Amino acid sequence: MTTPFTYAPALESRSVVDIKPSYGLFVGGEFVDGGGTAFKTINPATEEVLAEVAEADEADVDRAVRAARTAYDKVWSRMSGRERAKYLYRIARIIQERSRELAVLESLDNGKPIREARDVDVPTVAAHFFYYAGWADKLEYAGYGSTPLGVAGQIIPWNFPLLMLAWKVAPALACGNTVVLKPAETTPLTALLFAEICQQADLPPGVVNIVTGAGATGQALVAHPGIDKVAFTGSTEVGKAIARTVAGTDKRVTLELGGKAANIVFDDAPLDQAVEGIVNGIFFNQGHVCCAGSRLLVQESIAEELLARLKRRMTTLRVGDPLDKNTDLGAINSAEQLARIHELSAVGEAEGAGRWAPPCDLPEKGFWFPPTLFTGVSQAHRIAREEIFGPVLSVLTFRTPAEAVEKANNTPYGLSAGVWSDKGSLILSIANQLRAGVVWANTFNKFDPTSPFGGYKESGHGREGGRHGLAAYLKGAEA
Amino acid sequence: MSDRIDVRKTYKLYIGGAFPRSESGHSYEVRDAGGAFVANAALASRKDGRDAVVAARKAFGGWSGRTAYNRAQVLYRVAEVMEDRRPQFVQAVQQSEGLRAKDADRVVDEAVDRLVWFAGWADKVTQVVGGANPVAGPYFNLSTPEPTGVVAVLAPQASSLLGLVSVIAPVVVTGNTAVVVSSFERPLPAVTFAEVLATSDVPGGVVNILTGSAATIGPWLASHMDVNAIDLVGVAGDPALAAELEVAAADNLKRVRRAPAAEPDWAVEPGLGSMTAFLETKTVWHPIGV
Repeated sequence: MTTPFTYAPALESRSVVDIKPSYGLFVGGEFVDGGGTAFKTINPATEEVLAEVAEADEADVDRAVRAARTAYDKVWSRMSGRERAKYLYRIARIIQERSRELAVLESLDNGKPIREARDVDVPTVAAHFFYYAGWADKLEYAGYGSTPLGVAGQIIPWNFPLLMLAWKVAPALACGNTVVLKPAETTPLTALLFAEICQQADLPPGVVNIVTGAGATGQALVAHPGIDKVAFTGSTEVGKAIARTVAGTDKRVTLELGGKAANIVFDDAPLDQAVEGIVNGIFFNQGHVCCAGSRLLVQESIAEELLARLKRRMTTLRVGDPLDKNTDLGAINSAEQLARIHELSAVGEAEGAGRWAPPCDLPEKGFWFPPTLFTGVSQAHRIAREEIFGPVLSVLTFRTPAEAVEKANNTPYGLSAGVWSDKGSLILSIANQLRAGVVWANTFNKFDPTSPFGGYKESGHGREGGRHGLAAYLKGAEA
Repeated sequence: MSDRIDVRKTYKLYIGGAFPRSESGHSYEVRDAGGAFVANAALASRKDGRDAVVAARKAFGGWSGRTAYNRAQVLYRVAEVMEDRRPQFVQAVQQSEGLRAKDADRVVDEAVDRLVWFAGWADKVTQVVGGANPVAGPYFNLSTPEPTGVVAVLAPQASSLLGLVSVIAPVVVTGNTAVVVSSFERPLPAVTFAEVLATSDVPGGVVNILTGSAATIGPWLASHMDVNAIDLVGVAGDPALAAELEVAAADNLKRVRRAPAAEPDWAVEPGLGSMTAFLETKTVWHPIGV
């Protein structure tokens, strides 16, 4: 570190979390053994084994779907919205009460900085349950009817394990559906803690079921004839496979897939704010964000100035122990993901882009990657086209607003975008022309339960969040 | 039956505002409900489908960029011109669907009224399905619907006019452009409708109509990487083909409006779903106070 001073470590205590040596599946309100081969989940910052987790095989998935169906038929779909709401409010409150524990566990299992888990993930999780709790007894006002679909099979990724659970479970339950949820194989622990929260809330057995496992478990869930709805967040490749699997069935599907967002900075933008937004856009959560601003489009006249400020800011980013409250970038979630980031960065260099990262000491154990940027990137470069899903920023330039829009839209993805300018009319014009589901103007990576989120084109189908998010879980909606 | 059935013309495709024959040179016999020969309609090929997608893509920017007020008037204008040519449509529907004059009259009335109904939605759907989101923070945050792009429409097989209008209007009123495969056995009302579009104020390429087989052209449209969405109502009752088209549509994650088990009753008001199926929601954030 070249900084003139160093921070004293400010470690969050992990004593608040009680990790069991092994976990089962959560089916019908109880923890049960899985039929598959148990797997280990590790702390990506230290490679320490945290726990052994059961793998659900096809029979387990079948049991979970049956439990969900029984709970749907006998209890949950018959319950009034008013009563369902109260359960969701209870869950929201327990999440708040156990927020520290959830944040620490999320940080341990995922590798994300405790500061983000504590200040972003967990509060937003609670907010989602509060928000959708309030819809449960007001569905007739949303315009999609109030008839639930039935059993929802939900598959979530490892980048925001608990937040993605909330995005999926809260609206599904509010609308009267029951769920079988599969967390990612590298980050199952907070979902299993959520199962305990469901128990504490006395949620009727079978309303929420959690099956742990990897791709095969997910496939068994998607293909199960007993589910009425598939909700998936993850890669575009898997999203396409799911779309093929549900073809010709009555299963409804929403897909929240990849992105390659353009963050467009015009020459009249407030530069310091823009730099903060660029940093947040690509280095938040180690860049493991589907809507990350991974392509920086800078107006040519300010490119040099902006890059100098951006590099200066990047030298202050602190990479290291996720449980240290001073940490900005934590660990890459898995060895596999780290390898992909290495591979694509090497391709970037080989294709002639200029690679830069601030000097930074990385821990010897665990999976780490420094905040990195590539200059001289063209639209043909793979690092400008493929989702890297890591702390790697590609910098491109443009001269006119029309060129910015052209380059921003030149991707099969269409999840998000950023626009930085002091001129309101320019922002609105660019926002109108961008083919993306979320446009952040003079800000980036903001999320709120009242706000619909989802992609255009190959970034997926449907919206999560807000009134729109109910459409995915009600029969009367066509979306 | 009118004696005017004997007045014949060449029925062609409608692509990019022009009326070409099929590039393949193929045509097929169209017979009336009683089985008598009526005309040789153009049999659209894969290449015609591709040309239509190119035309629709080219028209998308201009059409989606128009004000909703303007699109409303253009659609209303289509209804006006259609009303003006009622007798021709009544005859075409009678001929195609074998309806009595009174019933064909009602179908045409309904088709014109359906266009008027959808025209009115152009500048209202944003208010009904969009909104301002009260986020917990100092941000101004709006969600608005936007057209998804180029939509392939496999039009209903039985209802040659009312069904056709009921699936085209919701797609284009919101700013999408369309590539439509008409009813195979009853394509002539679609050709007449294309003539109405061409003489209304609808820009060339916004609606492209191909007469031919959904089973033949459908797979090409479903797998076309520059088509954003597909309406499968035209293959209602053929679940195997519908499933095949859904699989093809997954290649670029098209929005799919699934085929129902049987063709719907088009006399019923279609509701918002026929529009929202081909809309995206865009959420725009901006800070307040900084």
